[in-house]
Amino acid sequence: MEKETLISFRDFGFQYTAQAAPTLYHINLDIHRGEKVLIAGPSGCGKSTIAHCINGLIPASYPGKISGSLTVKGENAVKLGLFGLSKTIGTVLQDSDGQFIGLTVAEDIAFALENDCVARDEMHEIVKKTADLVDIRRVLGHAPHEISGGQKQRVSLAGVMVNQVDVLLFDEPLANLDPATGKQAIELIDEIQQRTGCAVVIIEHRLEDVLHRHVDRVVVMGDGRILYDGDPDTVLCSFLLQTSGIREPLYVTALKYAGVSPTPEMHPASLPQLVLTQAQKDQVKNWFFRQPSPVPGEDRPVILEAKAIDFSYEGGHHALKGIDVAIYKGEMLSIVGTNGAGKSTFSKVICGFEQPQSGSLTLNGEDLTALSIKERADKIGYVMQNPNQMISKTMIFDEVALGLRNRGVSEEEIRPRVEETLKICGLYPFRNWPISALSYGQKKRVTIASILVLRPEILILDEPTAGQDFRHYTEIMDFLRALNRQGVTIVLITHDMHLMLEYTPRAIVFHDGRVICDASAAQVLNSPEIVTQAHLKETSLYHLALLSGIESPEEFTRRFIARDQEVRK
Amino acid sequence: MTNLFNYIDRPSPIHRLSGASKLVCLLLWSVAAMTSFYTPLLVALTVLALIFFRMAKLRLKDVSFTVGIMLVYVALNNVLIFLFSPDHGVELYGSRTVLLPLPGRYSLTAEQLFYHLNVILKNACTIPPVILFVCTTNPSEFAASLNRIGVSYRISYSVALALRYIPDIQREYHDISLAQQARGVEMSKKANLIHRLKAASTILIPLVLSSMERIETISNAMELRGFGKEKKRTWYASRPFTPADYGSMAFCAILLILSLALTAINGGRFFNPFR
Repeated sequence: MEKETLISFRDFGFQYTAQAAPTLYHINLDIHRGEKVLIAGPSGCGKSTIAHCINGLIPASYPGKISGSLTVKGENAVKLGLFGLSKTIGTVLQDSDGQFIGLTVAEDIAFALENDCVARDEMHEIVKKTADLVDIRRVLGHAPHEISGGQKQRVSLAGVMVNQVDVLLFDEPLANLDPATGKQAIELIDEIQQRTGCAVVIIEHRLEDVLHRHVDRVVVMGDGRILYDGDPDTVLCSFLLQTSGIREPLYVTALKYAGVSPTPEMHPASLPQLVLTQAQKDQVKNWFFRQPSPVPGEDRPVILEAKAIDFSYEGGHHALKGIDVAIYKGEMLSIVGTNGAGKSTFSKVICGFEQPQSGSLTLNGEDLTALSIKERADKIGYVMQNPNQMISKTMIFDEVALGLRNRGVSEEEIRPRVEETLKICGLYPFRNWPISALSYGQKKRVTIASILVLRPEILILDEPTAGQDFRHYTEIMDFLRALNRQGVTIVLITHDMHLMLEYTPRAIVFHDGRVICDASAAQVLNSPEIVTQAHLKETSLYHLALLSGIESPEEFTRRFIARDQEVRK
Repeated sequence: MTNLFNYIDRPSPIHRLSGASKLVCLLLWSVAAMTSFYTPLLVALTVLALIFFRMAKLRLKDVSFTVGIMLVYVALNNVLIFLFSPDHGVELYGSRTVLLPLPGRYSLTAEQLFYHLNVILKNACTIPPVILFVCTTNPSEFAASLNRIGVSYRISYSVALALRYIPDIQREYHDISLAQQARGVEMSKKANLIHRLKAASTILIPLVLSSMERIETISNAMELRGFGKEKKRTWYASRPFTPADYGSMAFCAILLILSLALTAINGGRFFNPFR
């Protein structure tokens, strides 16, 4: 029986008022009741624009020219308008912090009901029921900062479910979540769909993470067009994902390296259902034995050493409990852990933003504690997550020169130094551009350049690739690696498992104010205990190795990464 | 962190009143206290305010920060009044009783002292109820209360949102300021004024830019969930009025009438012991 069509795009096109060319061309797409559809594609491919069309933010908040038609439950979407559409479509935005409107969990869930003038007592009833559905009844009275990232996602979901919507639309639901929470979010979406029978549309470029649970259809977009619309198994067997800048699941890449060409019959879209013949398993195994083991790096001198660092915030929160960490000259390392595990606090202590109550901190054997923030910054550079939090000038040159000018360096010396830094960062051609004309990734580079110009020995970056698609991620990380090869020690605070595996040989894991593991990234991700405690996620390579009968999944991971780096170069 | 808006959750009859009726009471009370200079009434109101304070189970140390600021304000207020019009009391009460002769206009008169006493009493009977309202009204109920007394719900909600985001913005300001200090922006008092203004701009521009992002997100989130659809809205946190609510509003209304009546009977706003 044909299922009811809820959303239907027919030869749909859209052009933002402020833009010269359309963002969407000739879109034909149907979403049916009870279906789960993943819309994937690189940044700028138009997938968020599609989401905005579905929920009505286009044209209500982002005006532009529409061609073709979009109908929701048979009615013209533009006529229904933002409010009309909100009865059918519930949108969960990417930033679960930003979309938290109410002062408490209960009020946030009730927000849509309040706007519908639902009577108070009825509202309290519905909120309770919905909270039970997503299992957050216990935290109804809590404020947003008192609950975890995963709970916030549940609250956002409950907040749209009170409307009894037919479609749940998720706009990059994984962007701000740690790996384990992201996995739970995908599981939660799946459960809710099964319980309510609504249609689910997920906009996301992290394909492997979404495929953790079954998806009916994958829609691949590129340059404003739909490139593929069909079952997930088939698309994984093609080369479409690589050419359109979406990262395929690591285990699929590994199979391809081993010479196993996936076919839809093998069910490559779901790791638990993946079927490999004995011959194929042997192929993977043989590839593993043929791959050379990557050479471990040589021993390096210690550059920064923290000993027994203890720190509590004013309110009494004991954020760091006896931290011992040594960072070696010229290395590139990850600091990982859940939100609140202490990794950001630790970096603040290193930069002198916070003063530890006890412990010692030395750089090249020299005590740091007496140095001011500014003095430390000459040696240790800190790049914030959101470039907009750092940029204060309109021109690129001035922004990069700011730190030098503040230090009283002469203009004759500033010019060559800034230009040299801009060249390193690939920004030299833009040196006379206003910053507002740059993309997010380029802005990120400007902020890195503005720190780099001070010639720090260590560079600390907070989530350098958050919210970036595969291409920008590779761009930023390759750039950082090139810097690292020029001798800058780089410390990355991150949630991204791929980043940690691929770019940083060493990883330090924080949990509840302590260092619980200090080992190679491959080792960390192959130790189930650490993975659970620190809210990380095992890589799919681990499971593929086990499936193929390889006894050392850790070594398999390492060899795969070495090979992958060569291929992608 | 010290917070001016500090809801303190304790079980008390004052806490149990709905936010809307407390807001009405506060308004009635303030008008009653502000229109009158009738000293016995002001004394009575001050005593009542302190009793209510006690009933709400608030302790002085809960609100010491706010009280401190208020005391500084009251002191400053009185000093300035004396500096600019040391004879204001004389004009008001129509007599001049010099207690301490001082140079120029600044002789200390009993009338002026009595006027200052009234000013202090006025502060003493208006400030505690404000603190009382802020400390015993759940912030969640605040927007609902404003809306209930007739303020449009869009404005009420904006006020509530602003209150909610103050801590976030403070935290962000702090982070940005540290990162800019690391780039050598001098924030200490060592730098001269122009330097410091420039320094402030290197923090404010990023702060404004990132706040704009935040505003776009929140306004999209609100519209997607139907904010602004209807002319009215209901409130999850609102509470129905109880007899205590009606009682307290009636009580404050009587106080206001009393205050106005005293002004009328007395033939002026001022209680004059010098006549």
